[in-house]
Amino acid sequence: MSSDKKVQELQKRREEVQQGGGEQAIQKQVAMGKMTARERIIKLLDEGSFNEYDMFVEHEARDFGMDRKKLHGDGVITGTGTIGGRPVCIFAQDFTVAGGSLGFMHARKITKIMDHSLKMRMPLIGINDSGGARIQEGVNSLAGYGEIFFRNTLASGVIPQISVILGPCAGGAVYSPALTDFVFVVDNISKMFITGPEVIKTVLGEDISMEELGGARVHSEITGNAHFFSESEDECFDQIKSLLSYLPWSNTDVPEQKKIAQPLEEYNISEIVPGDKRQPYDVRSIIRAVTDGSDFFEIQENWAANIVIGFGTMNGRTVGFVANQPLVLAGVLDVDSSDKAGRFIRYCDAFNIPIVTFVDLPGYLPGADQEHAGVIRHGAKVLYAYSEATVPKITLILRKAYGGGYIAMNSRHLRADFVFAWPDAEVAVMGPEGAANIIFRKEIASAEDPDLMREQKVKEYKEKFANPYVAAAKGYIDSVIEPWETRKSLLHALEVSGEKSVGMPAKKHGIPPF
Amino acid sequence: MSNKDKTSKKEPLQEPPLEKLEIGNAVYTTRLTSKFRNRLNWERPDERIVTAVIPGKIQRIMVKEGDEVKAGTPMLILEAMKMRNEILAPIGGVIRKINVSEGDQVPKSHLLVELD
Repeated sequence: MSSDKKVQELQKRREEVQQGGGEQAIQKQVAMGKMTARERIIKLLDEGSFNEYDMFVEHEARDFGMDRKKLHGDGVITGTGTIGGRPVCIFAQDFTVAGGSLGFMHARKITKIMDHSLKMRMPLIGINDSGGARIQEGVNSLAGYGEIFFRNTLASGVIPQISVILGPCAGGAVYSPALTDFVFVVDNISKMFITGPEVIKTVLGEDISMEELGGARVHSEITGNAHFFSESEDECFDQIKSLLSYLPWSNTDVPEQKKIAQPLEEYNISEIVPGDKRQPYDVRSIIRAVTDGSDFFEIQENWAANIVIGFGTMNGRTVGFVANQPLVLAGVLDVDSSDKAGRFIRYCDAFNIPIVTFVDLPGYLPGADQEHAGVIRHGAKVLYAYSEATVPKITLILRKAYGGGYIAMNSRHLRADFVFAWPDAEVAVMGPEGAANIIFRKEIASAEDPDLMREQKVKEYKEKFANPYVAAAKGYIDSVIEPWETRKSLLHALEVSGEKSVGMPAKKHGIPPF
Repeated sequence: MSNKDKTSKKEPLQEPPLEKLEIGNAVYTTRLTSKFRNRLNWERPDERIVTAVIPGKIQRIMVKEGDEVKAGTPMLILEAMKMRNEILAPIGGVIRKINVSEGDQVPKSHLLVELD
């Protein structure tokens, strides 16, 4: 039995730690438009579910006057709680305590909760808000980062790892988020970069603000480092909860069954794709036309938008969607879109999420800039990821599937389980115009009226090859379906793939082109 | 060894020169790559300048100089990769100059429209 006095002491100690960096520092945090670390955890987790650990951890630094400094919680709050009733591990760096700087014990609190999440097989959520390494702790602080990166890598593909950037995240610190599955950023609050504007200014003479260098918009539109962008911290937390609702808790688990619903009537699948093959449309409407309640949770919406990726549910089960987007850059595969799709396919494969692919693309983007940016090795990521994936893989060719793009977009040849095509689909080595120009070059050149001859030959080629039946005749396409049959066919394909089991040659791991 | 004789007769390769590179308040003597040397300095993007995101043909122009447009107004159609891509106004404003005509073939990054 503890005496009242001892209980009072505990209460006093708790209160002290809960003050973080003190009133003044908290006011500063609020003035920057940010919540405190503790508020963030409370907001994100189910009400009253947070259990904190390592509250009384203290740093052991002795140099540079650190022995006289008391840093509450050593600048990070760690614990467990629930989201949607399911358990998660969480840490939040506390910027009010020494700028959230990462010292040895700070890192040890983080690695302890990481070990816990891996052992107990539940998602890890890390809220980053830190000025970087605690310089006074020297190499011990670097050791801390290294230990975190190592655990991010071990846990990769085992449990979902989510990084939330709610403040600065600079220097080496950026690599923990980069190693995790999903990165969330908030406008005007998140900042990520390896070297800051000041250094860039002195070394290169480039004048650039923190926001322009590594703000939320930059990472969700230009670099692709971030997966989800929001206007506020509250919106960001809602996004995290939505994302988690689609995910299994580990790689040996399956996502929770959601409510089954029909797609909304406003998404009439027969009326979305224009007959004219050169007319763009929003492929996300096709996804919404097949998912339960037309629900689609898009990932990396504003980066490499020529390919669309995200989760939806069909008959209550999570499905990963990959779709070419004719609305942006004609839906081509290029360096960034290949990178985006390749990683997402591997994510789905690691977490037992079936993949549905919608194909409508003219091929890979031509151009010296693409070739020099390495479109060969980046483009190879899509081939690699699809070939390697052993989850159920279903493809529907909506309109165009030309050349290398046809092969890359989960073709039969990469071990797709089911390949469907609409009657309008053109599966060919290239578009009719290009093909006719090459095959009938001599006839066209020697004709009295070359233009007329070209027109004739294009028509001839179109009739013969610009359809799904040449591929269907070889069994490369399993079934040509009418648009209205799409949801039914996809649901059936998913259902009969439920117990899919295929092997890979024994290996330690492959060598993907990254 | 005859092999060794052969190689020793070869002209020695020209060694690339060592240059200076400043990183973290220190100057290092090192070789620079051509990619590094040819890098472009960052420039603040100007939203009033609309350029071609993809090489293609100007199929149609729906606005004229002096027109007032809202953000998201379709301004022209750039046919590229067998697709009629709508080019939208990135911001609201007045069309100051249209730099292309219907039928023009334009390379990537070609200046299309200037807004005010």
